[in-house]
Amino acid sequence: MSGAPLSSTGQGGLRAWLLSDTPRSRHQARLGRLFIGWLALQRNPLALAGLAIVLALLAMALFAPWIAGGPASSQDLEARLLPPGAAHWLGTDELGRDIFDRIVHGSRITLYIVALVGVIVVPLGLLVGTTAGYFGGWLDTVLMRVTDIFLAFPRLILALAFVAALGPGIENAVIAIAVTSWPPYARIARAETITLRQSEFIMAARLQGASALRILYGHVMPLCLSSVIVRLTLDMAGIILTAAGLGFLGLGAQPPMPEWGAMISTGRQFLLDQWWVATMPGIAIFVVSLGFNLLGDGLRDVLDPKSA
Amino acid sequence: MSSETRGTATAGQGLGRRGLASGRYGPPLLVKAGRLVFSVALTFLGLTCVTFLIGRVIPIDPVVAIVGNRATAEVYERTRLELGLDRPLYEQYWIYLTSTLQGDFGRSVLTSRPVLEDIVRFFPATLELATVATLIGVLLGVPMGVLAAVKRGRWPDHLIRVFGLVGYSVPVFWLGLVGLLVFYAQLGWVAGPGRLDIYYDDIVPTVSGLILLDALLVWDLEVFGNALSHLVLPAGILGYFSLAYIARMTRSFMLDQLGQEYIITARVKGLSEARVVWRHAFGCILVPLITVIALSYAYLLEGAVLTETVFAWPGLGRYITQSLFNADMNAVLGGTIVVGSCFIGLNLLSDLLYQVVDPRAR
Repeated sequence: MSGAPLSSTGQGGLRAWLLSDTPRSRHQARLGRLFIGWLALQRNPLALAGLAIVLALLAMALFAPWIAGGPASSQDLEARLLPPGAAHWLGTDELGRDIFDRIVHGSRITLYIVALVGVIVVPLGLLVGTTAGYFGGWLDTVLMRVTDIFLAFPRLILALAFVAALGPGIENAVIAIAVTSWPPYARIARAETITLRQSEFIMAARLQGASALRILYGHVMPLCLSSVIVRLTLDMAGIILTAAGLGFLGLGAQPPMPEWGAMISTGRQFLLDQWWVATMPGIAIFVVSLGFNLLGDGLRDVLDPKSA
Repeated sequence: MSSETRGTATAGQGLGRRGLASGRYGPPLLVKAGRLVFSVALTFLGLTCVTFLIGRVIPIDPVVAIVGNRATAEVYERTRLELGLDRPLYEQYWIYLTSTLQGDFGRSVLTSRPVLEDIVRFFPATLELATVATLIGVLLGVPMGVLAAVKRGRWPDHLIRVFGLVGYSVPVFWLGLVGLLVFYAQLGWVAGPGRLDIYYDDIVPTVSGLILLDALLVWDLEVFGNALSHLVLPAGILGYFSLAYIARMTRSFMLDQLGQEYIITARVKGLSEARVVWRHAFGCILVPLITVIALSYAYLLEGAVLTETVFAWPGLGRYITQSLFNADMNAVLGGTIVVGSCFIGLNLLSDLLYQVVDPRAR
């Protein structure tokens, strides 16, 4: 999980340095905690499989131009709708585009959507949740009311309505998904903040004259982060599926883009005779969301064994 | 309209009496009900707020949508005034809210009928689909969850866990397409898209709108069978998703119970394992399970959007998406409000059932 630190390993090698009961720096303590988490995760083969899938997705997106045989849009009208074979591993679509290449390039779009949603949702949820939990009182009541209202909304339908208003496209799909998925994060952050608020180190920081903003930023938020990240990993699959669903309905990424949901939508016309056009991108979506689900499940077991 | 004011008023009383009433047994039922109604009203208010704002930010000029872009300035201005677009935003919202509460969502541009009428026509199809799917999810998911908890850590548990995770990860529209390909096109086991074969249309009089029920009412088994063979694939696929959720939650509730001391007592008394599991442990998880089932039902009502598109199922979800492509915002927002209200209603229902079933919550 964490790369090997380049700093000196001290006595007993890297392992002992990481597992030391008396870390000598903040850096060492943090890496040590990560290492302990990794040891726990390592014992769960399903979670490891999930991690492998997620890493493979990252590598695929990163090295897409080198993995794919050509650009996603290169057409070859001579080679239309070819079945999977040696030349085209997953076959070709109605414009003779290689489906494998398109899936590889499409991984970038999937990651882009997921990352953007995460970047919007996590800070928003953290901000609302920690503010509500830390200050309490009427601010808490108001913020949590708003959260509850958003929590009670039907997610996909509201996303549809948003896209209808803003127009189809990836960015609008991201906004629509983000608007409907931040409330759980706010709830988690609030619950964590309420337990943290009374702890002695927060008192100490307050006595030292730290402002509320500083306490929230420097002390509370970092401690909320781990449970928020677990939740995000588990949510990833849902986000991918919603985005693909919007793409399938023609409301997300638009056709020339190799977005997986949109690819299934065009492949639908050839379903009966050329099954691979619609089936292959679906398998890609399935594998990636399964990977995130397995990883999230494993992470949750590590951080909270009770709810396993 | 009236339900709105009533809700707020009851909640007001409830808040006023809280200090007096909260004795040893917690606040009385009336106060609790008041608070519940208040929160439901507030959520509904939030929902209409959002749909109203969505309706206002759309790049389509609502006036041009009606009069067309070749209308004279005079006609344009008159329509604008008729729609009340010259008034301040809060007044517009008030008008919107009151008409929404009276069930007036405006007219659909596509079908040129009032949106409410359309929704009443399309809703039963979605209801039928979601209900059968939930039945499948409960009938299979609950025993699977119990089995997984009892066999914790052994292969049935792992198998059920992976089966559930697959259900969480598979894109529903894709599964629908593959299902159609295999079971309809290749094997011919089920009927294709739609609710009925075309020659069975309009044979059975529409009473409830649920074809299965309507066919049974006049005892027409042929239509019933045809409707069932159309329904079984989409409902099975949707049911898989609710199964995954219900099985997972059942397992975790059961594990909580099986770890408690009263279970040990029951075993020490020499009760059979079946009695310990089903009578003692399972009896205790009924309450949270009801909440889970209500929630999954609500999710299916909205999750049906994609399934309906794949199976050309003439339900609310397809109505919303098709209106969307025709820039028919009244229909889209009306549908959103109806589904949202079902959501809120089911949440309320599960809260209320909670109060009824669990003596501690009274």
